[in-house]
Amino acid sequence: MSERLESSSLFASIHRSLGRMDVVHEANRCLYCYDAPCTQACPTHIDVPAFIHKIRTGNLKGSARVIMEANPAGASCARVCPTEELCEGACVLNKEDVAIRIGDLQRYVTDWVREHDVELFQPGPPTGFRVAVVGGGPAGLSAARELARMGHSVTIYEAKSRLGGLNTYGIVPFRLPEDVALWEAEQVVKLGVTVHTDTAVGRDISPQELLTRFDAVVLAFGMGAVPRLGIEGEELTGVWDAIELIERVKTGKSIGEIGSTVVVIGAGNTAVDAATCSKRLGAEQVTMVYRRTEKEMTAYEFEYDFAKQEGVEFRWLSAPTRILGEEGRVRGVEFIRMRLEAADDSGRPRPVPIPGSEYVVEADTVIRAIGQHRLTEVLQGLGVECRDGVIQVDERFRTSNPKVFAAGDCTFEKGRGEAMVVEAAEQGKVAAWSLHQQWSHMQRV
Amino acid sequence: MADLSIDLAGIRSPNPFWLASAPPTNSGYQVMRAFEAGWGGAVWKTLGDPIVNVSSRFAGLQVGSQRMFAMNNIELITDRPLEVNLKEIREVKKRFPDRAVVASLMMEPKKESWQELVKRVQDVGVDGFELNFGCPHGMSERGMGSAVGQVPELVQQSTEWVVEAAEVPVIVKLTPNITDIRHTARAAAQGGANAISMINTINSLMGVDLDTWYPVPHVDGKGAHGGYCGPAVKPIALHMVADCARDPDINIPISGIGGVSTWRDAVEYLLMGATGVQVCTAAMHHGFGIVEDMIDGLNHYLDDRGLASVRELTGRSVHRYTEWGNLNLEYKVVARIDQDACIRCNKCYIACEDTAHQCIDRVPQPDGIHRLVVREEDCVGCNLCSMVCPVDDCITMVQVDASKPAQTWREREMARIGGK
Ligand SMILES: Cc1cc2nc3c(=O)[nH]c(=O)nc-3n(C[C@H](O)[C@H](O)[C@H](O)COP(=O)(O)OP(=O)(O)OC[C@H]3O[C@@H](n4cnc5c(N)ncnc54)[C@H](O)[C@@H]3O)c2cc1C
Ligand SMILES: Cc1cc2nc3c(=O)[nH]c(=O)nc-3n(C[C@H](O)[C@H](O)[C@H](O)COP(=O)(O)O)c2cc1C
Ligand code: SF4
Ligand code: SF4
Ligand code: SF4
Repeated sequence: MSERLESSSLFASIHRSLGRMDVVHEANRCLYCYDAPCTQACPTHIDVPAFIHKIRTGNLKGSARVIMEANPAGASCARVCPTEELCEGACVLNKEDVAIRIGDLQRYVTDWVREHDVELFQPGPPTGFRVAVVGGGPAGLSAARELARMGHSVTIYEAKSRLGGLNTYGIVPFRLPEDVALWEAEQVVKLGVTVHTDTAVGRDISPQELLTRFDAVVLAFGMGAVPRLGIEGEELTGVWDAIELIERVKTGKSIGEIGSTVVVIGAGNTAVDAATCSKRLGAEQVTMVYRRTEKEMTAYEFEYDFAKQEGVEFRWLSAPTRILGEEGRVRGVEFIRMRLEAADDSGRPRPVPIPGSEYVVEADTVIRAIGQHRLTEVLQGLGVECRDGVIQVDERFRTSNPKVFAAGDCTFEKGRGEAMVVEAAEQGKVAAWSLHQQWSHMQRV
Repeated sequence: MADLSIDLAGIRSPNPFWLASAPPTNSGYQVMRAFEAGWGGAVWKTLGDPIVNVSSRFAGLQVGSQRMFAMNNIELITDRPLEVNLKEIREVKKRFPDRAVVASLMMEPKKESWQELVKRVQDVGVDGFELNFGCPHGMSERGMGSAVGQVPELVQQSTEWVVEAAEVPVIVKLTPNITDIRHTARAAAQGGANAISMINTINSLMGVDLDTWYPVPHVDGKGAHGGYCGPAVKPIALHMVADCARDPDINIPISGIGGVSTWRDAVEYLLMGATGVQVCTAAMHHGFGIVEDMIDGLNHYLDDRGLASVRELTGRSVHRYTEWGNLNLEYKVVARIDQDACIRCNKCYIACEDTAHQCIDRVPQPDGIHRLVVREEDCVGCNLCSMVCPVDDCITMVQVDASKPAQTWREREMARIGGK
């Protein structure tokens, strides 16, 4: 496949462009429910009937404000939210008709506002309080925006060279182009937020220093790289961390030869993105291999459907035992078959290897997508309580240190929310509010 | 198949659907196309002394996704020479002898002018006349149209002149731009009209452009009031038809006009006393083809109800249309919600809570979802919730306390005065 073709399919959005007529018809179909279930189902509680009504009246600026006010990542979310599990899933029209395409309408409005350089928010009158935000992904940006609107002085420390977190680097470009994420970041920066990119807390500046220089710290550093599988052959050329692979692709860096056969280990969001990305990179056969079954996979329904549509194949109940290579390059993977036993502590059936059931599949590239590491170096000396590397927070996103708040993926643990952009945005927002609340009865000069 | 043919004061047509006098009946070419599509009759675009029309004449009203919910216009009567129109009317009538071809006329209020026009037009073989006393713009500034139609004496006088010269039935088309249409309807009857038709268009200003601040539509930056028609006017027209139908001093057939878009609208007009209907906006919105379902739907409706002829519908609901004082004050309905059909949009709740009588409760259920429950003892039966509910037949208004003897306000007042 020619290079140009490859890159065009990698960057061509899977979202079809929306005609004004389509949008207005869809908006007119919305019932303008009272205490609308779609709004309740949105983790950031966007007032969906209100923003849709504003499309109808031609008040797109007002509509964009409703969306972005509730959700500082509203433009990204319009593309990557699992809407059928959230707002659209709750739409009352599911019963008698089909749900309103809320995500599409939100995309239309946020695209409009991106194209029209409209100022939606202003910084608040200065309070004198200083906050450091660690991590410039959706959680950190959301916290920073709310804090800046309340007049606090905000500084974001971001390890990478650009803001946006996984929205900029981690989600495949054909689902979320980086300009959407960067526009959202720009809206926050415009409020007078100071940004130090290429600055990793724990490496370039110590966490304790933040505590002395700022009145409070919001931790929003997400999660780290994909862990190793812990099997033989992982050092071979052609073995990838899914997030690193996608980042290279999204930022236009070379990834060498992907080859014709790709095996992706895992069946979550990241695995789907890595698999579909591989397809678009030109791989002929891409197989996602998972140690449990279709039922237990963590990817959303729409992601699974999308992967199938893109021609990705699936192999269930298999776990890798070693990666085989030739001359330093991957040539195949040995798997062992699994069977499911009674539920483990994650509530899902526990996979158990079937002795002697090993088999080998050919592979030119192996991509691991089995979750993400926890970053703990940032926490050194902050006095923040953690469990298995996960920061413990209360419902107001306060940590055990009264000066430290945390939001987004760095607080994510099983059974507590979901690792999603929209959750990260909501948590950042609530963390900012609770910080503000804590200060609202204090004066500072 | 029921018999759809009607006879309006001697004007016969194979079905009750006529095109109203307006742009769709501007020329022989158009009327022939309409007849090919199935229209039962056509009232030709109003004939009269030559006029000049302005460019930029119409404007539409959009409600949600529904375009042409209404339209208005500042067009005048025909701008084509009378001879051309007459030649075409003759051709149409020759090709479609079974259809009703009615000539709409407008003249300055002079006996000779009216009678001369009547004679010329009569010669080409029209089945009837319709006198346009309704046009609310332009012509009225010249003492014609609604300038005549708003003064009962002038209506009667012009009608008498025409009836005197006419050998075919005469319909008088009434303007709605009057406080009580029965006065002009009675005058038309008095003047010898064989039938009345209503309504012509309603005075209106369609809108103002938010960018230019010009009226809509505008002619070189200025606008004038225009005639309003289309689905939005149907309730207004229907009430006028019904008022005339139940008036003992009118007693002549009615051709119902105003917002007829489907066979259903037509049935309502017939039930309220019309013999047939005329259509303008719906044809301008969709073309002549819409008559097909008007005929088809009406046919099925009549068959389903076991009626042999469309004529059996005329006037069947008129006796149920009365004064407020004759309504039963003891009749009581309350809203009842079908919980299985309800989609929990809460529209009924907020409508009743904010703008009616605060008697719908949102009752939480164990599954976390709430039910909408009407407190029947507080419900006044205003119908609002059932109107806003998006699901058909989800909220029904059911009668309660049916055992109480009926008493109208009039009866109550009589009893009160009598008791004193
Ligand atoms: C491949 C993939 C696909 C996904 N698809 C979806 C999807 O379709 N829908 C959805 O809702 N969610 C999806 N997600 C999840 C979503 O991206 C995350 O839940 C979300 O980005 C979390 O936001 P965050 O701000 O908490 O963390 P991140 O987005 O990870 O941002 C954290 C930021 O902190 C920075 N940082 C880390 N360490 C330091 C440090 N020491 N000092 C300074 N800065 C630091 C990082 O560079 C990063 O910019 C996907 C994730 C992946 C990996
Ligand atoms: C553009 C336009 C021009 C009209 N011209 C005439 C006319 O010349 N003579 C007339 O009697 N009525 C005229 N009418 C009124 C229609 O005949 C009819 O009474 C009115 O439109 C209501 O019917 P509708 O709701 O079906 O449109 C005109 C209406 C429109 C929209
Ligand atoms: S539930 Fe559906 S119909 Fe109701 S407000 Fe939300 S999007 Fe509109
Ligand atoms: S009928 Fe009127 S008063 Fe009764 S419940 Fe409905 S809205 Fe309320
Ligand atoms: S308006 Fe109708 S569908 Fe909506 S909550 Fe009320 S009863 Fe249910």
